[in-house]
Amino acid sequence: MPLEVLVVEDSSGDIRLTREAFRDVNPFIHLEVAHDGVEAMAFLRRQGAYAGAARPDLILLDLNLPKMDGRQVLAMIKEDEALKTIPTVILTSSEAEADVLRSYQLQANCYLSKPMHFEAFHGLVKSINDFWLTKVKLPQQDDGDEPEPGAHAGHEQGPKKSRGTKGEQ
Amino acid sequence: MALDVLLIEDSPGDVRLTKEAFHVANDSVRLHVVTDGVDAMAFLNHEGAYADAPRPDLTLLDLNMPRMDGRQVLARIKNDDNLKTIPTVILTTSTADEDIVASYRLHANCYFSKPVQLEDFESLVKTINDFWLTVAKLPHETFDAAVVPRAGKSLSD
Repeated sequence: MPLEVLVVEDSSGDIRLTREAFRDVNPFIHLEVAHDGVEAMAFLRRQGAYAGAARPDLILLDLNLPKMDGRQVLAMIKEDEALKTIPTVILTSSEAEADVLRSYQLQANCYLSKPMHFEAFHGLVKSINDFWLTKVKLPQQDDGDEPEPGAHAGHEQGPKKSRGTKGEQ
Repeated sequence: MALDVLLIEDSPGDVRLTKEAFHVANDSVRLHVVTDGVDAMAFLNHEGAYADAPRPDLTLLDLNMPRMDGRQVLARIKNDDNLKTIPTVILTTSTADEDIVASYRLHANCYFSKPVQLEDFESLVKTINDFWLTVAKLPHETFDAAVVPRAGKSLSD
């Protein structure tokens, strides 16, 4: 089964590099791209044109984005009961300590800075693939439960009740 | 510069394997070991015998432990404004989907299940070392050198 990766990135050059690198290192990855934070949240919440969007196994999130920036997207993902379990890796040109610290405060799963050179970028994508998509145990959400129309997933409390067994103790 | 890794693990065999694997993978890692959740929180909060404990750059956390289990430790770390930025890797024998999902829900940075074979265990420690301590950017707390606030007292964001 292909793994779904959502890349949230506004730079067309970086999108192309990421695509090419993933194609080289793991042909079983299905890469989707959102070009700004608003599009990313619509994709993750399957709104509008994204009603049929797959739940990503991994999100690669740039920090500096138009419309809604990566910090806001990260905060929304990690406060949303339906989305918070998706590993979210910050991939940005920023090396500022404040950005690194803030991202971990907002519960980013990890922080990577984009290298300048093509070979190094390729190597980083390989590291992401080898670590996150090969070695790490990713959460398997039962994805049958579509977000309810009009419901704000971020305000849901606790696990969904559609699980097979009742967890009464 | 030496990196401090806190291993929270009650199995002496796994502690020994992890130590040996880090020794091979990266000799600049200082591995600190606590064997249950209560000691882990004391270490992280610099309490009692751990008054001089360093702030770990990375924490490896087992789930099933005596006294306070790994889920509780994880929840406490990730709800504490002072500690939540420490990358916390779950390293456990459990492969149960519910443990994996629950750990990510509590904001574990990532989840690994311990391999059974010795060589695979060594290789996993090398993978963790190479990614977290070489590739990833780790947070450097600016207030680390200052007096560390007591647990529960949150720093302003």
